[in-house]
Amino acid sequence: MKSIMRVNDLDLYYGSNHALKNISMDIESNKVTALIGPSGCGKSTFLRTLNRMNDLIGSVQITGTVLFEGQDIYKELDVIEFRKKIGMVFQRPNPFPMSIYENVAYGSRIHGVKNKRELDEIVEKSLVGAALFDEVKDRLKKSGISLSGGQQQRLCIARTLAVEPEIILMDEPTSALDPISTLKVEDLISKLKEKYTVVIVTHNMQQAGRISDSTAFFLNGEIIEKGSTEGIFYKPKDKRTEDYITGRFG
Amino acid sequence: MRKRKELPEKIYATTCGYLIIILTLSIVFFIAYKGVAIFNQNGVSISEFLSSSKWAPENAIENGGPKVGALIFYTGSIMVSLFAVILSTPLSVSVAIFMTEISPTLGNKVLRPAIELFVGIPSVVYGWIGLSLLVPFIRANLGGLGFSILSGGIVLTIMIMPTIVSIAVDSLKNQPIDYKEASLSLGATRWQTIRKILLPSAMPGILTGVVLGLARAFGEALAVQMVIGNRVSLPKSILDPAITLTSIITMDMGNTVQGSVWNNALWSMAFVLLLIFFGFILIIREISHYANRGE
Repeated sequence: MKSIMRVNDLDLYYGSNHALKNISMDIESNKVTALIGPSGCGKSTFLRTLNRMNDLIGSVQITGTVLFEGQDIYKELDVIEFRKKIGMVFQRPNPFPMSIYENVAYGSRIHGVKNKRELDEIVEKSLVGAALFDEVKDRLKKSGISLSGGQQQRLCIARTLAVEPEIILMDEPTSALDPISTLKVEDLISKLKEKYTVVIVTHNMQQAGRISDSTAFFLNGEIIEKGSTEGIFYKPKDKRTEDYITGRFG
Repeated sequence: MRKRKELPEKIYATTCGYLIIILTLSIVFFIAYKGVAIFNQNGVSISEFLSSSKWAPENAIENGGPKVGALIFYTGSIMVSLFAVILSTPLSVSVAIFMTEISPTLGNKVLRPAIELFVGIPSVVYGWIGLSLLVPFIRANLGGLGFSILSGGIVLTIMIMPTIVSIAVDSLKNQPIDYKEASLSLGATRWQTIRKILLPSAMPGILTGVVLGLARAFGEALAVQMVIGNRVSLPKSILDPAITLTSIITMDMGNTVQGSVWNNALWSMAFVLLLIFFGFILIIREISHYANRGE
């Protein structure tokens, strides 16, 4: 198993609040890794340390290391360059207030692609990759906000694919979607792992069970248990994991 | 019982509400009534009033009668206000970006109070500073009298800056963080995110600020009057003195007799100002209508 990201002894403080405690985990390439746990357990915070989104918050302090392909993302890598390789899909679908085409082309444009034909190709390929192309191919000039919630979320995934990341981080990507849209996004995630590594935060344990290869269970800022999804779901080693999985709390 | 207890408050609030409506309508009707007098009582044509640059309201009948062309005045107003807006907008938007995106701490602790202070300075003080520093500086370095469109424009630039800055700041702050995060997660730099995502989506709010700034510049009388030179002629360059609608009204209103052509002409200018302000309000409504439709 090849791990693309390696987190060692990560601690994170919001001011004086110790939000992540001594987190160590490997993220294997071309797998779907699910982060589960009750609200406020630190799983989203952890996800955001992986692409340095927490940098936006002034009072955050981080110790420990996060290695991406062997290099420390906080010390050795340029944050702009590095974020290109780590895509992110957010909880609320957040297409930019511009056309479908421009939404997908945005990333390539800021990275200097100007050629119209090249952009067309990237847009089409990304929309196909996000299983959205057939639904929108006749209205690429329409506003991205005019799409349904599920389509918006797949548009956001297409926008992420357009910059050809290696890892895609997803922060509860289906929590704002209806069941049918959720299913479409889940199918898509299972396909994405052929080319990409996916780390997904989810509230929904069935979802974690359906789509992930390995799972980490967070509680109060700590990883209680991690391992293959099957192992976590069928033979949890820790009592608290078992309680959470079987729905006794959370 | 309870209902009866609330009755006095209800009557008071309703009366105040209606009073404001009546007051507004009365002012509008009064200015409109006075404003059209010159056309239906003194027989001046609207086209002469709007397009003639001859201003001799005291001319005796034997010398050809009073001439009341207002072209010079509203040209002066437009030039000086546009100048102020063109200079102030980039400055104000940059300040707003600095306050919200680049250094929010400095923005909140130093710049915001400073901007609020700017609003509190009376216009006569701005005019006085312009008169004692700006006018001599322009006279010494750029030539001319110093009293000029340039001086008026610069004074207005500073006076309208707080308006544009504070509305632009509010608009930038109201943008959902989602856009910013999405842009940064794609590897955009902070500046790319500001220019391509934040500014376009905040644009309706910023434009509203610009129009309000323009309105403030258009309506400012005292500070402009103190530095613009008040010469009744069409300016040929921005170093020439000029005169505005507001400054001719404040200067001449005390010297004229009620009901005279001269006095009526001033009322017509006040009416023109009022109409221009209605125009500004319509523009702002249109902008916010457009912005809401986009969501």
